[in-house]
Amino acid sequence: MKLDPTPLYSAIVAFVVLNAVIGMVTYVTLLERKFAARMQSRIGPYRVGPHGLLQPIADALKLMMKEDVVPRLADRGVYNLAPVVFLIPCMLIFATVPFAPGLGIADLNIGILFFLAVSAMEIVGLFMGGWGSNNKYALISAMRAVNQIISYDLPFIFISLVPVVLAGSLKLSDIAAAQAGLWYVFYFPLGTVAFAAYIVATLAAENRVPFDILEAESELIAGFRVEYSGMKFALIQLGEYAHMIGTSFLGALLFLGAWSGPGPAWMGPLWFLGKAMFVFLLVTWIRWSFVRIRVDQILAISWKLLLPASLLLLMATALMIVLRGGSGA
Amino acid sequence: MSDPEARKVIEMGYAGSERLTMNMGPQHPSAHGVFRAILSLEGETVVDIDAVIGYLHRCHEKLAETLTYTQYPSIASKTDYVAAMTSELAYVRAAELVGKIEVPKRAQYLRVIAAELQRIASHCLWLGTWTLDMGGALGGGATIFLYCIREREWVLDLFEALVGARLLYGFHQVGGTRYDIPAGWDKKVRDTIALVERRLDEYEDMLESNAFFQVRTQGVGVVSRELAQEIGFSGPLIRGSGVGYDIRRAEPYSSYEDFDFKVPVETAGDCYARYRVRMAEFRESIKIVRQALDGLPAGPISSRPGVKSVGQVRIAKGEAYARVEGARGEVGCYLIADGSAKPYRMKWRGASFSNLSVLPHILIGCKIADVVAIMGSVDPVFGEVDR
Repeated sequence: MKLDPTPLYSAIVAFVVLNAVIGMVTYVTLLERKFAARMQSRIGPYRVGPHGLLQPIADALKLMMKEDVVPRLADRGVYNLAPVVFLIPCMLIFATVPFAPGLGIADLNIGILFFLAVSAMEIVGLFMGGWGSNNKYALISAMRAVNQIISYDLPFIFISLVPVVLAGSLKLSDIAAAQAGLWYVFYFPLGTVAFAAYIVATLAAENRVPFDILEAESELIAGFRVEYSGMKFALIQLGEYAHMIGTSFLGALLFLGAWSGPGPAWMGPLWFLGKAMFVFLLVTWIRWSFVRIRVDQILAISWKLLLPASLLLLMATALMIVLRGGSGA
Repeated sequence: MSDPEARKVIEMGYAGSERLTMNMGPQHPSAHGVFRAILSLEGETVVDIDAVIGYLHRCHEKLAETLTYTQYPSIASKTDYVAAMTSELAYVRAAELVGKIEVPKRAQYLRVIAAELQRIASHCLWLGTWTLDMGGALGGGATIFLYCIREREWVLDLFEALVGARLLYGFHQVGGTRYDIPAGWDKKVRDTIALVERRLDEYEDMLESNAFFQVRTQGVGVVSRELAQEIGFSGPLIRGSGVGYDIRRAEPYSSYEDFDFKVPVETAGDCYARYRVRMAEFRESIKIVRQALDGLPAGPISSRPGVKSVGQVRIAKGEAYARVEGARGEVGCYLIADGSAKPYRMKWRGASFSNLSVLPHILIGCKIADVVAIMGSVDPVFGEVDR
């Protein structure tokens, strides 16, 4: 499986991963819709293809064929650029994720740092979309987005650093390898609490209910993307789900032991995918059972609760490592 | 490129003032129909609200003057179309008061059963749409909404078996009811309300132990007892503000004095108190339906023979005001009869209309998210507001 990381190899892997992500996004939407439908005592998409399996394709085709409406008073440059600016960081986060030992685009030695930095960049596209639409709902949503992302990226980063401290490496493959014996989620109590906090921070970072104040369709209709239609809307949707899948993979990697699992080595990526989908469904489950909270309450939770808690957790982890006299669990 | 003049207006608007004027509705997911709120915002906080109604005006009062006493009950159900049974009841009761028409005991009990089932159905829709307002169509709110719709469907199935229609019934007529219950219907009703009762516990578990639901509703949209009385609140809203006023108890009609039920009262006056009152009302309605089914007397369902033509019912000269406790509060009908087959004048008192007038008093200082939560807790039906 180990090939030389030549530019050609990287390009091929990048191409494959990019398409795999797009394919995954289309089918993750179906997974979420089916899952939500079952929660709500419905059946979900069922008409297009057997058990609705072709529904995502039909949705994608519909979005491609839809008319692309640009509001007359929109800031055209910003408006048109926003979906792309939003999508790029959401796709880039997959660059450093290793899907199996040696299987990934670039297993950087600062992998997690890259992941966190790039994933925080999505706010730029988001704000551009909200501002460029020249719509009051979109503007309020963009303001909320900036508030929320700034508030929640800090706890998100601190919590993600707990496994880093435990493993003693910023390299994602090292963190995964360090969990061969014990997944960090079972590393009680630090790892378990950190995983729970990670899920909360993920919800906020991905703008899912109960933290979806920027979409908030019952108040702000669709928030920053209220004016987008057709393919631009699809790009934003793609970015959002790609980000969600990315953070699910990161959660599976940081806390659930990535590709470790019974079976031969080639099963590794499948295990990883399964665990990522488990994290995704956990987030989805929360999403479909809570009501949205208010913007001031969201900020209060972040600054008064989650941020101190995550800092404390990080310090406790560091203290424990020091007391044990070394790095690694 | 875009129109520079219009651009300047908008940008000057932003720059010249810290306030943002935002038009919410009439086309808005949380407008509960066609409500328009022109909000002045400072950041997220509402500093001023201009409530605009009238988008669903259908000339109901004028229409009543052109339709006979036989025809209009079916139209009356279109005022509050979420609780059509009680709207009809208000109209036929007004006609009966003017004409001093007796209603047989069986018909009175059937009216009570229909009204209370309607209250259950209406509160189901309220709970669903309210959580939808707070939780969003893509979140937990939608889950509760779909559960509630499922329960409402069962009640509507009962009405379908009774009347043949699911939304607008025409069940009541002057002098009684138009239909008697079909065979086996009472068993179906008992099964349904038992099921709804079980599900209510599930909803309460799901919502009341949910911290996010509590922070969204407790202390939000507080209506004081004085304000509630001043603006003419009624129904679950005034009971949520600490006034134990219920027309079924204060001025019993249609044999309500026969039944043993509580009037739930909460004192906090916030959205959560209104929620608690309605959840308790679900259970009281279920109790009343059970009692009415148990004690359903035999006999005719109408004191008047079945009509053969629409102009057959004539009401003697006179006027009267009839009021019933609808799902949203006091539904009143003031009727002046001139001895012909049509009323001379008719006036509706819609519960939602009076309840809705609280919004400018309590929305100031709230966040945008609270606007929809408070709106939902008031539970307006715009058919009844605009008529």
